[in-house]
Amino acid sequence: MATLKELTHREDRLAGGHRLCAGCGASIAVRQVLLGAGVEPVVVGCATGCLEVSTTIYPYSSWKTPFIHNAFENAAATVSGVESAFKALQRAGKIPADKKMKFVAFGGDGGTYDIGLQSLSGAMERGHDMVYVCYDNGAYMNTGIQRSSATPKGAWATTAQVGAAQQGKLQGRKDLTQIMAAHNIPYVAQASISHWKDLTTKAEKAFAVEGPAFLNVFAPCPRGWRLAYNKSVEISKIAVQTGFWPLYEVEDGVWRQTVKVHNRKPIEEFLKPQGRFKHLFKPENADLLAEIQSDVDRAWEQLQKRFETA
Amino acid sequence: MAEQKTVAATGNTVVAEAMRQCKPDVVAAYPITPQTTIVEEYAGFVAKGRVHTEYVTVESEHSAMSACIGASAAGARVMTATASQGLALMWEELHIASGMRLPIVMANANRALSAPINIHCDHGDAMGARDAGWIMYFAESAQEAYDNTIMALKVAEDPSVLLPAMSCLDGFITTHSIDRVDVLDDESVAGFVGEYEPANALLDTDDPVSHGAFAGLGGPFFEFKRAQREAMEAARPVITSVGEAYSQLSGRPFDVIETFGMEDAEVAAVVIGSASGNARHIARQLRAQGVKAGVVKVRVFRPFPYAELAEALRGVKAVAVLDRAESFGAEGGPLFLEVRSALYDASDRIPVVSYIYGLGGSDVRLELMERMFADLSDIAAGSAQPGKLVYLGAR
Repeated sequence: MATLKELTHREDRLAGGHRLCAGCGASIAVRQVLLGAGVEPVVVGCATGCLEVSTTIYPYSSWKTPFIHNAFENAAATVSGVESAFKALQRAGKIPADKKMKFVAFGGDGGTYDIGLQSLSGAMERGHDMVYVCYDNGAYMNTGIQRSSATPKGAWATTAQVGAAQQGKLQGRKDLTQIMAAHNIPYVAQASISHWKDLTTKAEKAFAVEGPAFLNVFAPCPRGWRLAYNKSVEISKIAVQTGFWPLYEVEDGVWRQTVKVHNRKPIEEFLKPQGRFKHLFKPENADLLAEIQSDVDRAWEQLQKRFETA
Repeated sequence: MAEQKTVAATGNTVVAEAMRQCKPDVVAAYPITPQTTIVEEYAGFVAKGRVHTEYVTVESEHSAMSACIGASAAGARVMTATASQGLALMWEELHIASGMRLPIVMANANRALSAPINIHCDHGDAMGARDAGWIMYFAESAQEAYDNTIMALKVAEDPSVLLPAMSCLDGFITTHSIDRVDVLDDESVAGFVGEYEPANALLDTDDPVSHGAFAGLGGPFFEFKRAQREAMEAARPVITSVGEAYSQLSGRPFDVIETFGMEDAEVAAVVIGSASGNARHIARQLRAQGVKAGVVKVRVFRPFPYAELAEALRGVKAVAVLDRAESFGAEGGPLFLEVRSALYDASDRIPVVSYIYGLGGSDVRLELMERMFADLSDIAAGSAQPGKLVYLGAR
């Protein structure tokens, strides 16, 4: 695995000057993932969303590497087509047989957990040699903070509001990383922008495998989370320390926790700094807060059993 | 003329054969009745090692067109096939394929759209996509389906065009009936379509490009759309010249419209697809009885042959436009709307009647064609007024 010093010498494939917000987790995730891609050419595909809109405002492009955006729900299918073209053109002798290329698709949680799940599942099942990266900020941020199936229970969102009859999102999160692990693909991992070494190492592994790989990257949205723009990395670290976002990988079916958490912090430490959860701290929502802690505990314990049986 | 082999085959079989002969780099497709035998035949070519194609067996038609777009942007020659609900599911991607100027060629086995669910022929699927920016060929027969598919690829990939193209054939009637077809040899087709030279291939890593950029916020979206319109207009002479070259190769004539008896016709039917033969058969019988009947078959629907239609229908006293598709709330079917528009600038005011027929595979019996021509003769003689839209043969 590359050292920090080596990584600093690698070319940044996403140029500065893009229009993403200060503190946006998506661009941090992209840069860390692409550092893990090594020196071979990388083709980037991107779902419709903040990342795409803010990096490709015509006639400008922040991408110093081939880039394609098609639509919202189909980044995986689109990149599977690009990868198929590469194979066919190599077979036809139009691309040199020894040329190596990497293929990566980025999508937010809306484009991945929800509308793009079928496209992602299909591409992974077909075994394309590609990496799919979900930058998970837990809502439809580009359209204005609407709830997705990745939005945490109790979070305020513009389509899961807080009022006399409702306290934010009623449902828990879908566990996409485990859904992807159930595809029995060579490599699946959950990572966070706060743990750069863990993330770039996972990206290196994901790019190194032959066949499909999936990374779910915790990538805060300060705007949507009602959080100061300089707290993105800090809140990501707390997400890991509370067990809200466990860091692990599933390599050839073997589940391994990559960052151990010995004394899990209470979930309040993750919720409290974020304005989207502030209603949870009213006395009348004490039960809901306890329920959220118990959800985290249960998911954590279930996951530990996966590691134990590995 | 090239070497040809006469075969007895279904429309789908010869469309798959045309695809194989065009040597696509990528085929991404999803099975749907009545397109299935195209993708099955192609899977056979893959299994036998007869093609170099990367065959992507996607999980939906939306992903089929999405993968085709990725592959075409990458710089590959890309073909696929679909029908009905599949085409409808692709609708978003049809616009993206044309907006990104990707010369993907797709066969469409025309089938009715739900609901109620129905698997049989009509043109409602393709007509629903008529504003998607695709060049659209329609076949009357398996032979035309084969020929159109090859020509469509050559037109789509022309550097002055660069638009996706659809090769439509009638579900079951053409896709599944065994027909007599003359098939070109592989070398002739390969030579005719040539190699695809992509202009801005995504896989050119020495000169990285971004595809699918954001053109809002005052960006040039409007100007990109005008460029698409110009490309569609540029396709007109290319369709003609490719048709002429293909005629020389195959010995089969081609024009965007095909006329029968139109040199002196007083009553005429305008029609698309497999029902054209029924119309011609009755027109031929009527002509033997002294009725000056004619038929115009539209073979290319986009870009629509307005000038050719207006010229063909000049001097006619009554016209029936046969639509195997609805446009609810409009005065007639999609073809009717185009034909009446084509005639607007004509000096004579020709009565035009919209006939909706054959929806969901409803039988197109010869007596229905007789009834339609009888209506026209009454209108032409002044003994009847052109009426409102007719549901021809509905019980």
